[in-house]
Amino acid sequence: MPQILEKRELAPRTHYFRVKVPLIARHAQPGQFIILRVHERGERIPLTIADSDRQSGTITLIVQEIGATTRQLAMLRTGDEIRDILGPLGTPSEIEKFGTVVLLGGGFGIAAIHPIAKALRNADNTIVSIIGARTRDLIIMEDEMRAASHDLVIMTDDGSYGRKGLVIEPLKEMIESGRRVDRVVAIGPLPMMRAVAELTRPYGIKTVASLNPVMVDGTGMCGGCRVAVGDSTKFACVDGPEFDAHLVDFNELSARTQMYRDFEKTHMCRIEERLQQLESAQGVAGQ
Amino acid sequence: MTISPQDRMKISRHPMPARDPEVRIRCFEEVALGYDEHTAREEAMRCLQCKRPYCVEGCPVSIDIPAFLREVVAGNIDKAAAIIKKTNSLPSICGRVCPQETQCEERCVLAKKGKPVAIGALERFVADYDRQFGLTKQQVNVRPSGKKVAVVGSGPAGLTAAGTLAQMGHSVTVFEALHEPGGVLVYGIPEFRLPKEIVREEVSSLLDLGVEFNLNVLIGRTLTIDELLGDGYSAVFLAPGAGVPQFMGIPGENLNGVSSANEFLTRVNLMKAFLFPEYDTPVYCGKRVAVIGGGNTAMDAARTALRLGPEKVYIVYRRSEKEMPARREEIEHAKEEGIEFLCLTAPVAYLSDSRGWVTEMECIRMELSEPDESGRRRPVPVEGSNFRIPVDTVIVAIGAKTNDLIVKATGGLSVAKKGYLLVDPQTQMTSRPGIFAGGDIAGGEATVIAAMGQGRVAAQSIDRYVRER
Ligand SMILES: Cc1cc2nc3c(=O)[nH]c(=O)nc-3n(C[C@H](O)[C@H](O)[C@H](O)COP(=O)(O)OP(=O)(O)OC[C@H]3O[C@@H](n4cnc5c(N)ncnc54)[C@H](O)[C@@H]3O)c2cc1C
Ligand code: FES
Repeated sequence: MPQILEKRELAPRTHYFRVKVPLIARHAQPGQFIILRVHERGERIPLTIADSDRQSGTITLIVQEIGATTRQLAMLRTGDEIRDILGPLGTPSEIEKFGTVVLLGGGFGIAAIHPIAKALRNADNTIVSIIGARTRDLIIMEDEMRAASHDLVIMTDDGSYGRKGLVIEPLKEMIESGRRVDRVVAIGPLPMMRAVAELTRPYGIKTVASLNPVMVDGTGMCGGCRVAVGDSTKFACVDGPEFDAHLVDFNELSARTQMYRDFEKTHMCRIEERLQQLESAQGVAGQ
Repeated sequence: MTISPQDRMKISRHPMPARDPEVRIRCFEEVALGYDEHTAREEAMRCLQCKRPYCVEGCPVSIDIPAFLREVVAGNIDKAAAIIKKTNSLPSICGRVCPQETQCEERCVLAKKGKPVAIGALERFVADYDRQFGLTKQQVNVRPSGKKVAVVGSGPAGLTAAGTLAQMGHSVTVFEALHEPGGVLVYGIPEFRLPKEIVREEVSSLLDLGVEFNLNVLIGRTLTIDELLGDGYSAVFLAPGAGVPQFMGIPGENLNGVSSANEFLTRVNLMKAFLFPEYDTPVYCGKRVAVIGGGNTAMDAARTALRLGPEKVYIVYRRSEKEMPARREEIEHAKEEGIEFLCLTAPVAYLSDSRGWVTEMECIRMELSEPDESGRRRPVPVEGSNFRIPVDTVIVAIGAKTNDLIVKATGGLSVAKKGYLLVDPQTQMTSRPGIFAGGDIAGGEATVIAAMGQGRVAAQSIDRYVRER
């Protein structure tokens, strides 16, 4: 079973994991993800590969505690093992010399932007990265992003760090001031990706969004991850997760991602109960 | 004891005992209960021991049916098991899931005037008895060949090839994308029809033969075929199934509450969503469920849904019941359990509430015209016959397509129509020497037994291939 070689808290409820999975590390490319299962009764959830290192055979995962599974993952510590990890999955990002590429990362979308920024920079692009979060504490991977970018702009909703406002604002200013933008990559919450797509659409700037629909197998077998892109339905786990943001039906996607969230909500008290059992069991084990 | 043919023909077919529908729709316990020894003998006595047994011709792996039935009558279950296992390494599974009524039993001479010998039920009896008492043991009787063979996918094709190759002395590694081996046998076919314990036993007997399982490896992404060939594997057998679910492309198919049968069944079977929240994976099943399709997958999805407690479950099928490709027994069981069949009906659109959840299904009536290329009569819509049914859950089970992941990641593999891998039917070898394929990915019947049969043929030609170099 894959072992956690390093785990630390990056921000409140946001954790850094370095996990030993040599085959995945050997093949991982920017834009790809893994699917993991924490324990034998666990759910399969997708997580972006934030970094990978062939030498040490490790990949980096950034995990925000939002659901039952990510909370259980957060209970694990350095040295613990993760039951199953499958990957690398998905079609890698298109890495070419485009010119000036603006990368926008919202919240823990920053983790997903990072390997793409690195690869695009290595392909001789001029990289402008705009990363943002609600507040200062939630800005992650600042140093890594700075190293991967020619220009890094930091935005917070409350102005506690960097500029106050949304990540889309600096992009808007760039475009309106006539600065050349050859390509935009946006990864973050759906409303943010949708807003970016709407901003760039009239200018015809190719814009890529990385989608995060519900997934089960991650191999193309279940169709749970289907998204409407242009006239066709695509499976995000094999055809994506990156798609032309101007073609994505964000309304449908946001309804679909809600499907099992509604479900979790109705069962929250039962889930909560179980998590608390697990937490207290772990407390005992850890003493 | 000798019985005359006349006496044999006086015995009527013994029905398969089944759990009471009232009880079984509230649990996932196996529905068909199997024969006891006495019933099995009585049933086996019905076989007329034909000089030219047509039943054997109807069996995709040519089990010597009269011979094994003779041994059942004689009480030599171990011998019966050995006869079956000569050509079928997963008889407990085939006895439960084969469409016998279109294979061996259809050809049985008794079927002409009355009911055929219950060959499937007897195969199951022998195999279960064998498992229970450990009568036959698979073993490796040959010296290790020193050759490594990789098997991609652990469905019936992969498992059969792995077992056969291991018994031939090769060192076999199975690469499986999911976290559990078995393919459709674990993620698709439900517990109440094929207990997972049986699949686990088959896998563990392969482990005893020295087969290695490498789970969580998606060939084409985690490792490529060329890497395997460069890493000392002398041959590769591809058995990744045809696991991509098809949709109809009608309006509303991406609404919440609409899913593929694969997703629905995977959540319940593989991920054990029926035990949520003890297991973490949820499955949504509302009050009024429509399952689209008439195959085994549709029956499995409908009966699985029923066990999650809705008020109403429909099967919506565009042809008539007679054309349904599902096993007869599944259709009967589904009806006994209270599933309503809307035949000659096809959905044309799904309608939703403001939050994107399906609330209604618009259907159109169909009628049958001339037979199409599949030999079944073609359904054509009846103009103006549209009607609506309120539903909050739709499960689409209209068939599967091939996944092109491996083909894209591997040079030199030729594909036929619809993405099926092109293979030499004699050897199961693909267009690339050393790479073989079988099961659903190679087209054909899309049955467990056909997949197994191809797995066995492939194993034999892989054996020849690796020994020649
Ligand atoms: C719900 C359902 C019910 C059915 N009922 C019946 C029945 O009653 N009787 C019958 O005869 N047939 C039935 N079938 C059909 C039958 O199950 C299939 O024909 C059979 O399983 C095909 O076997 P296979 O070995 O080719 O592939 P599969 O069983 O599909 O197994 C393929 C395996 O390969 C793995 N895999 C795929 N790609 C990769 C990759 N790139 N790398 C590694 N692993 C990979 C998959 O995860 C899977 O585990 C049913 C099918 C379904 C879906
Ligand atoms: S997650 Fe199942 S097909 Fe994409």
